[in-house]
Amino acid sequence: MAQEAQKERSMILQKEMIDGLFNDLANAKELGKKVCYTFIPGNLSELIRTFDMLPVYPEINALQSAMRKKSGAYIKEAEKNAHSEDVCTYVKCDVGMLMKGNVGPTGLKIPEPDILLLSYTGCFTFLKWFETLKREYPNAKVIMVHTPYQENAEMTPHMVEYMVKQLRDEVIPQMEAVTGIKFDEAKLKRHLVLAKEAEDWITKIFDTTKHRPSPIDAYFAGVYYIGPINIGFRGTQEAVDYYKELHAEIMERVRLGLGPITPEGEMKEEKYRLVVEGPPNWTSFREFWKIFYDMGAVIVASSYTKVGGVYDMGWRHDETRPLESLAEYCMNCYTNLNIPQRIALLSKCITDYEADGYITNSIKSCNSFSAGQLAMMREIEDTLEVPVGFIESDLVDPRYFSYSNIKNRLESYFQMLEQRKSMKETV
Amino acid sequence: MNTLKEIIDLCKVQSFDMDFTRAKEWKAEKEGRVLVGYMPIYFPREIIHAAGAMAVGIFGGGDRKQIIKGDAYYQSYICHIPRSIIELALDKHLDHIDGFIFPSICDVIRNLSGIFKQQKIGKFVKYMDFPQNFLPEIGGVFYQQEMEHVLQYIKEINGIEVTKEALNHSIDLYNKNRKMISFIYDIRQDFPWRMSIEEVYYIVRAGTTMPVEEHNALLEKVCEFIKEDIGVPQDKIKVIISGAFCEQPAIGLIKAIEEAGCYVVEDDYMLGSRMILGDIDATTDNPLEAISTSYINQSQYSSSIYDVHNPKEFRLAKMVKERGANGVIFASASFCDPSLLDAPIFQNAFNKLGIRYIAFQYSENINQFKVIKEQVGAFSDSIKLWEDEPVITA
Ligand code: SF4
Ligand code: SF4
Repeated sequence: MAQEAQKERSMILQKEMIDGLFNDLANAKELGKKVCYTFIPGNLSELIRTFDMLPVYPEINALQSAMRKKSGAYIKEAEKNAHSEDVCTYVKCDVGMLMKGNVGPTGLKIPEPDILLLSYTGCFTFLKWFETLKREYPNAKVIMVHTPYQENAEMTPHMVEYMVKQLRDEVIPQMEAVTGIKFDEAKLKRHLVLAKEAEDWITKIFDTTKHRPSPIDAYFAGVYYIGPINIGFRGTQEAVDYYKELHAEIMERVRLGLGPITPEGEMKEEKYRLVVEGPPNWTSFREFWKIFYDMGAVIVASSYTKVGGVYDMGWRHDETRPLESLAEYCMNCYTNLNIPQRIALLSKCITDYEADGYITNSIKSCNSFSAGQLAMMREIEDTLEVPVGFIESDLVDPRYFSYSNIKNRLESYFQMLEQRKSMKETV
Repeated sequence: MNTLKEIIDLCKVQSFDMDFTRAKEWKAEKEGRVLVGYMPIYFPREIIHAAGAMAVGIFGGGDRKQIIKGDAYYQSYICHIPRSIIELALDKHLDHIDGFIFPSICDVIRNLSGIFKQQKIGKFVKYMDFPQNFLPEIGGVFYQQEMEHVLQYIKEINGIEVTKEALNHSIDLYNKNRKMISFIYDIRQDFPWRMSIEEVYYIVRAGTTMPVEEHNALLEKVCEFIKEDIGVPQDKIKVIISGAFCEQPAIGLIKAIEEAGCYVVEDDYMLGSRMILGDIDATTDNPLEAISTSYINQSQYSSSIYDVHNPKEFRLAKMVKERGANGVIFASASFCDPSLLDAPIFQNAFNKLGIRYIAFQYSENINQFKVIKEQVGAFSDSIKLWEDEPVITA
């Protein structure tokens, strides 16, 4: 209720954009548009737009299904069909949804893909996912874009060259063949200019957590903010308008000295400022968030909001080097960073946003995030002397969200933060 | 080394020597020698050899290494091998190994490379990105650059600039190595009683811990021995093991499958040593290109290689036919995403093709196989009962 009352213009804009996309998808045939399934990390939105295609993001469908309490049944359906209990639940949720008729989160049917654009930045599961989907959609064209890992904390010229060659000699000609549209570099450049602008705005938005109180929650609300830039609107005027509006609303909150908006209204007192590593749980998203805001904890930065691109270190799309910049974008998504880079990025967030603590939400089914999190946490604890907390849940499998366990752990963690605070104040 | 038993005993010791004694001795024998550890699955060991170094396979501690520190690095729902590799490193078993290579296989191995970097283990740590683009002028060139990067690291240690001649010589040695291993598998296809899969496993795995020249000398002798009609045939079905390419099952499990009524005529336990099918051209002016081309065109199917252009289920089905196998055992390490995510693809196809299979999971440190043995026994019995039925219907 409270949230309804506070619905901002940016929220309305976002809803219109997303509803519009799903409507277009439901009418893709009538609109004569080709449909391109792809993933968020390393998404080539600007290129997809250049070919007038409509994007489908299977991860988004999975997380939306979880928020609408449908994922449990989908996952079970997939498990009946030889999918293991122990793998990424996004995949199983998607496969289950497909087996049950492929009706998307808005209740409209999702069309079959013309292209499966496999740019599997930062996670091998994506590769397996589209291998699985290819068997379901034999007529779809799979276009592979292999993004090299930033293993040595750098994007070398040979990595860029490898990706540019793939884009130029394989991806673009195959997109031309499927869509019947000739590649228009000037059009791509126009999208890149707009992408850069949206990236500037979103960086400014996430940087507002420097203020006290922080005007936003950069994790729980952050996942809404990254929606447009991640799900196909990067590179459009709509996205720029949305982020401009959002930024203006947030700056107004700063001016008024207000804290973040939560589902139960405005957070009154900011007691703890935290940085969170790892994706959220979607099946009990509201309950999960509530544990934090009830304790006066606001998330001032999170790694998850960088999964579709890391912009806070200054990297931007660049229309003067169109393909090179698409290549660099893919390589620069969070899970494509090596472990020391991830530690450096999170440490910078803790320092820049003056966080009181660091929490890892370890996701059972996501090795891309989870493998290495414990060592990262220890190093951050040792070098920054910041209290660290650790909880476990899952993305979309309701069986792995234990409310009482998580609540207990977080309560003890907040007690520890409280003690630290009072000790500091005494000193 | 005069009898087959002596060779097998030596290989058994070498395979599970967590201190890599033979490799370290080899290094100590001459100034400037370098050891390079590599993780599963595959790595082109030829280039290491040509650079005056030796590649050492690091496959975890299996059931021989108690995990104490490693568990603090990995959550319970991550497979076992990274924690056992970290344990080996922290307990100094990997000391004297100069550099470490983490081939691109999955997110766990990839992130483990970051932990090695973070912990500053070794003189270099290289995550080796194998191309998923299979055009020689795109993926092939990238792969060559990745290999050059590895050679650069070794050169920084020993100063050796690799020559075309040295590379061709190394390619030739590994061609011989793979050819002899293939020969052993081919003989076992028809006469699996001549040597158990456990013994074959020791022989192949030992090759990842000793100089290739020494391994080739042993293989030559083994090839001679198994040409002889040794052993006694038993009433067992023939199976293929698929999915166990990274974290290795405990030896007890490898044995249990054959004890439960199966001859394992093909497997992917030590896939890396057998990844390239056939010879790599050892006579070219550009040996790195030859290695890269072989990876692109002659690789065995694998869960870490994007396969849509050459679907893995049909490749495995073909292998079933060629090896005359009665069925397939899908054995996956617990929490092994690449293997488990492939399982529905294989199983859906095999249901349609009428190829019989069973599937189970294991962990390298578990040495209790009662349930698995019963499952395999029942599988073998059911196939024997149905032996008049055609095994493959498509
Ligand atoms: S494993 Fe993680 S990063 Fe990969 S698809 Fe699943 S949730 Fe996404
Ligand atoms: S066992 Fe599987 S998940 Fe684990 S490191 Fe190996 S390939 Fe990766």
